[in-house]
Amino acid sequence: MSHEALHESYVVQAHNFASAGEVSASIKRLLRHIGIDFGVIRRVSIAAYEVELNLVIHSRGGRIDLEIIPPIEIGGETGWLHLTSTDVGPGIRDVDLAMQEGWSTATDDVRDLGFGAGMGLPNMRRNADSFEITSEYGVGTTIKMGFKIQ
Amino acid sequence: MKISRIMELLDADVLMGDEQLDLDIRTACGSDLMSDVLAFVKDHTVLLTGLTNPHVVRTAEMLDVGCVVFARGKRPTQDMLDMARDKGIVMLATKHTLYVTCGILYKHGLPGTEDEAIASEKTGG
Repeated sequence: MSHEALHESYVVQAHNFASAGEVSASIKRLLRHIGIDFGVIRRVSIAAYEVELNLVIHSRGGRIDLEIIPPIEIGGETGWLHLTSTDVGPGIRDVDLAMQEGWSTATDDVRDLGFGAGMGLPNMRRNADSFEITSEYGVGTTIKMGFKIQ
Repeated sequence: MKISRIMELLDADVLMGDEQLDLDIRTACGSDLMSDVLAFVKDHTVLLTGLTNPHVVRTAEMLDVGCVVFARGKRPTQDMLDMARDKGIVMLATKHTLYVTCGILYKHGLPGTEDEAIASEKTGG
């Protein structure tokens, strides 16, 4: 299936649990509307929800950018869907530690909601075809995920 | 296993979606930790939980979970029921504890998401 190039940007508010998940739901609806493969939508939705929750739980606010690069634009049979999360801090002290399953700095309030088990970052990496995280403590974190699309 | 059968086995009430009880369910996941649910749930799964906040419905929506069963007599809020109606998610409630709820369904042949993952690895799927 061919797709149009597309770029959308969504703002995510820090600590706003009432609206947490709305950006991911919007992304999922958009991908369904433009006819992305069901399996890809599922993996993107999980990764988007995890990264959105991370922004709500841990950051001082940020945004999620969705970019679709159709196969025709890069002259092959495979295009890319990129999800990029950028925040304005506080950054992660030890990224290697944060990538370990079960490690989390979430508070008890967050755990009472059913989150903060330290599975978010590993689950994003598991669902994406490419995954890159950069973080500077005191500055902020950027997570770039790529998903192959046909 | 159809949702109607799950309802019968768990002696559960239908709180939302009684027109979708024919939906087929292939695996089950029992957890109060949505982080784990996000990491392990596959297609056509029923989510068994004792957690009652809107993130349960949001998590179910993200994973295309067709049915949520609330265990140990927990009841979802009206907000959650409204969200479930919008997303087409069936909601059931049972008085059994989460452990017993899982046990009943497992005993009657509904595998866990873990079993399916192992089977898939073995067949190279």
